[in-house]
Amino acid sequence: MTAPIVGAAIRRKEDFRFVTGNGHYTDDINRPGQAYAYFLRSPHAHAKIKSLNVEAARSAKGVVGVLTGKDLAADKIGGLICGWTIHSKDGSPMKAGAHPALAVDTVRYVGDHIAVVIADSPALARDAAEKIEVDYDLLPAVTTPDKAQGSDAPQLHAEAPRNTVYQWELGNKKETDAAFKSPAHVVKLKLTNNRLIPNAMEPRAAIGEYDQGTGAYTLYVTSQNPHVARLVMSAFIGIAPEHKLRVVAPDVGGGFGSKIFIYAEEVVCTWASKKVGRPVKWTAERSESFLSDAHGRDHVTEAEMALDAQGKMLGFRIKTIANMGAYLSTFASSVPTYLYGTLLSGQYALPAVYVEVDAVYTNTAPVDAYRGAGRPEATYLVERIVEEAARQLKMDPAELRRKNFVRTFPHQTPVIMNYDAGDYEASLDEALKLIDYKGFPARKVEAQKRGKLRGLGFSTYIEACGLAPSAAVGSLGAGVGLWESAEVRVTPTGQVEVFTGAHSHGQGHETTFAQLVAGRFGIPLENVEIIHGDTNSVQFGMGTYGSRTAVGMTALVKALEKVEAKAKRIAAHVLEASAADIVLENGEFKVAGTDRKLAFHELALNAYTGHKFPTHEIEPGLKESAFWDPLNFTFPAGCHICEVEIDPETGVTKIVAFVAVDDFGKVINPMIVEGQVHGGVAQGIGQAMLEHGVYDPESGQLLTGSYMDYTMPRADDLPSYKVGLTETPCPSNPLGMKGCGEAGAIASPPAVINAVTDAIGIKEFEMPATPERVWRAINSTKHKSAAE
Amino acid sequence: MYQFNYLRPKSLDEAKKLYENNGDAKFLAGGQTLIPTLKQRLAQPTALIDIGGIAGLAGIKVAGGAIVIGAGTRHNDVAISADVKKSIPALAHLASHIGDPAVRHMGTLGGSIANNDPAADYPSAVLALGADIKTTSRTIKADDFFTGMFETALDEGEIVTEVSFPIPEKAAYMKFPNPASRYAMVGVFVAKTKGGVRVAVTGAASCVYRESAMEAALAKAFTPDAVANIKVSPGNLNSDLHGSAEYRAHLVTVMAKRAVAAAT
Amino acid sequence: MPGVSMTVNGKAVSGEVEARTLLVHFLRENLRLTGTHVGCDTSQCGACVVHVNGKAVKSCTMLALQADGAQVTTIEGLAKNGELHPVQAAFKEHHGLQCGFCTPGMIMTAVDMIRRLPDLDETTIRQQLEGNLCRCTGYQNIVKAIHAASLEMKGARA
Repeated sequence: MTAPIVGAAIRRKEDFRFVTGNGHYTDDINRPGQAYAYFLRSPHAHAKIKSLNVEAARSAKGVVGVLTGKDLAADKIGGLICGWTIHSKDGSPMKAGAHPALAVDTVRYVGDHIAVVIADSPALARDAAEKIEVDYDLLPAVTTPDKAQGSDAPQLHAEAPRNTVYQWELGNKKETDAAFKSPAHVVKLKLTNNRLIPNAMEPRAAIGEYDQGTGAYTLYVTSQNPHVARLVMSAFIGIAPEHKLRVVAPDVGGGFGSKIFIYAEEVVCTWASKKVGRPVKWTAERSESFLSDAHGRDHVTEAEMALDAQGKMLGFRIKTIANMGAYLSTFASSVPTYLYGTLLSGQYALPAVYVEVDAVYTNTAPVDAYRGAGRPEATYLVERIVEEAARQLKMDPAELRRKNFVRTFPHQTPVIMNYDAGDYEASLDEALKLIDYKGFPARKVEAQKRGKLRGLGFSTYIEACGLAPSAAVGSLGAGVGLWESAEVRVTPTGQVEVFTGAHSHGQGHETTFAQLVAGRFGIPLENVEIIHGDTNSVQFGMGTYGSRTAVGMTALVKALEKVEAKAKRIAAHVLEASAADIVLENGEFKVAGTDRKLAFHELALNAYTGHKFPTHEIEPGLKESAFWDPLNFTFPAGCHICEVEIDPETGVTKIVAFVAVDDFGKVINPMIVEGQVHGGVAQGIGQAMLEHGVYDPESGQLLTGSYMDYTMPRADDLPSYKVGLTETPCPSNPLGMKGCGEAGAIASPPAVINAVTDAIGIKEFEMPATPERVWRAINSTKHKSAAE
Repeated sequence: MYQFNYLRPKSLDEAKKLYENNGDAKFLAGGQTLIPTLKQRLAQPTALIDIGGIAGLAGIKVAGGAIVIGAGTRHNDVAISADVKKSIPALAHLASHIGDPAVRHMGTLGGSIANNDPAADYPSAVLALGADIKTTSRTIKADDFFTGMFETALDEGEIVTEVSFPIPEKAAYMKFPNPASRYAMVGVFVAKTKGGVRVAVTGAASCVYRESAMEAALAKAFTPDAVANIKVSPGNLNSDLHGSAEYRAHLVTVMAKRAVAAAT
Repeated sequence: MPGVSMTVNGKAVSGEVEARTLLVHFLRENLRLTGTHVGCDTSQCGACVVHVNGKAVKSCTMLALQADGAQVTTIEGLAKNGELHPVQAAFKEHHGLQCGFCTPGMIMTAVDMIRRLPDLDETTIRQQLEGNLCRCTGYQNIVKAIHAASLEMKGARA
């Protein structure tokens, strides 16, 4: 008997092609006769287009076509949509402005699409685009959420007065207000959650192709969810009916949310392929990615927490303004609402929580889900204010948390979520051990002797992922269900093909899904193929985001159960036994208690020959599918602790230790889970210390439009992490697993900033902790103590 | 990139002639700054004259109390040169921190100083060490070479052929990199030479410059304390997302102090 | 259009290109060696690293014509007779990749790094990766993979 394959650190099946340069990314695909698109983008943050003259470009060398918003409108191609309707507290639906794929009369951010030039080469398309004449009437711009609602702020969309998309609320307001009547302590904090630019290493790309013979389109695209792309482009944008539109998302070089959304470029390339009669290919240059990929976060928040004299949390009140950018991206509206407000109870038994969120338009790139999506914003807020409460109450931050942990499950929070399982103390204790919490005071003193400031910060986080029960999200305004599907095909010679609606762009599905199959049927991993990312092969699926692989994997388990049940019925006939007596052991179907058996491949062949069972009772073949709608979110939780050392002379902050202890329930492949934690934490540290998407407040120009100014985490910016796992199985799925993809990015930023503020001895501090900001913060405390 | 002609002369004379005969031509050395500039369509030369293939432009030798480095010498070759490491370790250290390993395999000394990017590392060494810049037509003193942002004393068509760095008694380079680009946000090269102490600052202002108050203080006592309290005026310094002029001014002092402490 | 000839992965190749054609585009489009990737336009991400005359360079910051006559090795030329190069094998063994997009550049940089600096430690590896960006792994397993490969290759030489 070999070691169980499920739960083992199996090396990835997909790696061979990637390490040998044989991956197939969208830009690696060339279609016969393809032409190349270049998008003319607005150089201005806000302007009326007085006139647009494309004639010179049309006759330029190598040009196949030049298309504008008027051409789109003439063909009745609809605008881009936001698929989640949020209602304001007064009951009115959100106020969304139109979002044409190519601007018609107004541009609203730098990078907004104006026209597409299609030519024989990318360089010729760009050469020709320079010949397009645009006459702009410049308008003032607003870029930050705190300024967007001002009476003097420029209005972006007539539909949304004061640039306000919605004013949303969640929680028990009355109880919350009561909690603030006369508490022993009130802790207040103003926070900014900095704008981030996702920067998957593979830039977005699209190839549209039209087949004149069949009237069908094919779109090759860098997508995390090809079926959703097809659905939206068909049902809402009107490119073609679904059966005449194939969407292929081949190997995708990272997504982090940014490749969930349906973008202008892929719509235009698909539509244009018919217009120009050639496949149309577009690959973003990185500077275009900076301008036009949906950005993440960008909140300003004021929050207060009420506590009693002993440090018991009584109530939590929050007011947030969320920047949506110039248009509502595909899922933008859900991020600062149901993915944010619902997590504001944290790991704590908080009796009263009330949150208000205003979502606003600004002259910036659209903001949508980025790794964590709403939950990092919630966690940053909760964990910063809890740490601040401990400081204000002069309590140990670990002990204040311990005092308030939820300890009985299921636990209903005041903000929708029903936590199904967890042990927050276990992960806290493990993290305290790994960081050597007891040794910290000595390390601080030792650092002081070297002229350095040491600080330590906690984050005991919870998140909700595995999106999501369809009826629940539907009742909250989602335009789609969030189940997942899988189809299992056993070949006559006994290999297994799995068709999943989940999409792998780094998560290792080709290995972990195969582990489930191999583990159940006892066949070698090499005999399992995982197929995803093509609407022509896979039945349907919602794609991968929101750490929802548990949903896709459960769908696979359900399909495998069906295959096994049918296989046992067939085996019973072949082995002349009762189906109830057939057991599956080590890859063999056996009659229990006898030596009669069929190897998996023998069973498969029998299923397809149909010689030995009544095919009028049992259909020949061995292929089953399942759709699985999750019963609840999954609730990964844990404790991250960061220890920093600051050079007070320069403000340079070094992370000297970072501990991440997470409870992901049952783990299928610990190597892959650990890799997800590493990557998530790196992005969280990036947000806390390095990354910041900045627009010039006057001109609306993106000041961080390349790696020259947007600080991507590099290898020498980051420490080696100490990673630990605790386990409370998730009761809501048969595998007992929880999502692990986003936890690192959700948990880590407050741990880092709590450590930085601890080292400096300061309360308010904005991410990212750049050297200058830290240096200034240190100086401000010096001036303060001098004044005292 | 816009269209251009690509020309690959075999000699400096040929390069000069090609330059004269090609309207708005540019010389291409390692290309690590020029090619990214062209990719952004920020320049539109009619021709690129690739001087990378001209024999004799690369090489390192020790001569007359100086390290003489050919203009076509790649950064990595300077960084690993036993002669440079022995005679001017600060220069090898500086070269080993330009860009990244792949950039150091292509970028050249001559290309770097001829471009005179305000955040480039090499100009600080050239200025602090009081190097002589030999060109196709003359020798230019370091103090006369760097004339402004992306500007030098080079005439049209004039090519740097080698740089002669006098070997100092002590020197060190301290760089505070821009967190995003890793170019110098502030870089201070301190050199104690026969002719006195020279302190050159790159990254902080529109062009590399000498910090004369520090030079005077270090001439009296070559110790970190001598410069630790010298306040640099932020008046003429750069200010951007990553560092205000005030912060840069502060960093000049800190980096100078650390360079003096590290000087060998 | 000007002609260009070079040796790529041991094979003589030639083609006609516009002068403005970058080496990476010659490799990807003319030779269809699509393992070399383009991840940025400011020469920072390193997804395009190949070896030219034995040294790691960014093929997005070099004209195809500059490589005329050169020996070029790409990720496709690293494995010999179907057997992975020790660095490729180490990336697989230590989970040094997730989406795989930065991986070819990482591996080519690592091979060059190990050639230049046989005694690598974690700090040096992290510094030497300055010109290669990865968004998935947080670098930890990349560093681990390079370190393991360097030890293995040293052992093989000894």
